[in-house]
Amino acid sequence: MTELVKRNHWVIRLTHWVNVVAIVIMAGSGMRIFNAHPAFARPGESFSLNPWEGHAIPAWLTFGGWLGGARHWHFAAMWLLVANGFVYLAFLFLHGEWRDVVPRTGDARDAIEMIKFYLFVRKNHPVGGKHNALQKMAYFAMPLLGIVIVLSGLAIWKPITFGFMTAMFVNYKWARFVHFAGMVLLLALALVHVFMVFAVDPYSLRSIVTGWYNRERSPEARNARPFYHLLGPSVPAAPDTEGPPS
Amino acid sequence: MSIDRRRFLSVSAASISGALLTACNANPERAAKLLDLVERKNEGLERGLFRHASMDDVPGSARVAGTDFPKYFISDAVPVWDASARGVWRLEVSGAVRTPLSLTLNDLVRLPRITQKVDHFCVEGWNARAEWSGVRVSDLARLAGATSDAQYVDFAGFDKDYHESWDMASAMHAQTLVAYGMDGRLLTPGHGAPARVHSPVKLGYKNTKYLTRIVFMPQRNGGYWSDLGYEWFGGT
Ligand code: HEM
Ligand code: HEM
Repeated sequence: MTELVKRNHWVIRLTHWVNVVAIVIMAGSGMRIFNAHPAFARPGESFSLNPWEGHAIPAWLTFGGWLGGARHWHFAAMWLLVANGFVYLAFLFLHGEWRDVVPRTGDARDAIEMIKFYLFVRKNHPVGGKHNALQKMAYFAMPLLGIVIVLSGLAIWKPITFGFMTAMFVNYKWARFVHFAGMVLLLALALVHVFMVFAVDPYSLRSIVTGWYNRERSPEARNARPFYHLLGPSVPAAPDTEGPPS
Repeated sequence: MSIDRRRFLSVSAASISGALLTACNANPERAAKLLDLVERKNEGLERGLFRHASMDDVPGSARVAGTDFPKYFISDAVPVWDASARGVWRLEVSGAVRTPLSLTLNDLVRLPRITQKVDHFCVEGWNARAEWSGVRVSDLARLAGATSDAQYVDFAGFDKDYHESWDMASAMHAQTLVAYGMDGRLLTPGHGAPARVHSPVKLGYKNTKYLTRIVFMPQRNGGYWSDLGYEWFGGT
């Protein structure tokens, strides 16, 4: 059975993949910049929020080769990231797709149901919209984090010219920490996101490439948990059928 | 159905690797040209956004780095002015000026003094505070009578051939000093004695230490770290 539906508009598909390239360059070059002085404390002071103060990030995770090169990449790719993010957000807003990612009341409860389902406390996949409640929260948090990273980035790029922005983050040192911590959180979300795509809904890869999605293969239809029912439905799709677990 | 599935998996695998290859494996020369172009555009924007009214206001109560303030120079040992070999230290102000100046440390100290607690922003990412005392570069420009040809300024010193050239606007910023004092004392050799450039509006490497020459120019002439590939503008 194939029940093909158009799931992702080409603007979403294009901006998604441009964003992956931009994030890889920004995070890689950012970590190379960080390694030039991998500590947040001012000389002679200490900084307790970073337990790895003074420890560099493994070089193979970084991009740009040397400090100057990484800075050139960072200050070039930031335009790609910002322009692309702007197109994505403007499209979501104008085209109504923001409804797929902005959490609404009830999503907290649905998210708990999803967690129960993944933990085998609940037997059947909760039925929701395009994304389940956990996905929605992740997809909503990502652009928010992106905005925080861009604003704190401007605050450390131009701490005098954009002094008011630096002051928004207290001062240069804190803006720098927020910028770094924002990246760590964003990368963590992205890693979980990619893991879940492959472990729960690899069929959605098609929808973020060609746009088409086979409803018969949705996690709801397959009753899919991470690595469970990857291949196909084993229970009827009806929501209240209490099928045997796994 | 399985053909379908295989096709979309291979299409997505191809596009993911395609995207990553464009990012990592881009022809280095073409990438370098693009990065150069963006650096020039960024510089135009940064110069356009520059405001003399944008000042660094470090709270008066802020802690200074003191002896923890990093020292750096490019010579093998701390550069020290050798008066017996080179004569008394002087700061030469020349180029596009009506009256070139040649100032001893005593001359500098007698000029209007500014004392300010400001940030020092290093390209590596750290920042440190100190209280600097010195003469505004803009006062020296006025004293020497810089002409309309003075669009750029080169700051050169006796730490090998270290120098960095600046845009005129940043050099004329009220917080750009020729500093001879730090935290209430005369500069020590580690921090650029007898005098150095210090300003919060440029990254550390633009702030030439062991200063001997200020040359006003119609054109820029690069700099030590700028010629090695760091941004020439290096503004904050
Ligand atoms: C408009 C966007 C951005 C701007 C203007 C910007 C600006 C900057 C600047 C000026 C620095 C150097 C700070 C320093 O010298 O230490 C920096 C460092 C860094 N950036 Fe960005 N950035 C932007 C976006 C991003 C993004 C999207 C990421 C990652 C997802 C990122 C990750 C980093 C990291 C990890 C560092 C090193 C932190 C540090 O050592 O301070 N940046 N960024
Ligand atoms: C190789 C890495 C990645 C893969 C394979 C991947 C895959 C996917 C897939 C298959 C979807 C569609 C989900 C669906 O339609 O249900 C999707 C959506 C999404 N992805 Fe990714 N992704 C990757 C990296 C990233 C990164 C790095 C970010 C952000 C930092 C990100 C953010 C998003 C967002 C926000 C959506 C939701 C789009 C929307 O509905 O408007 N992804 N991704």
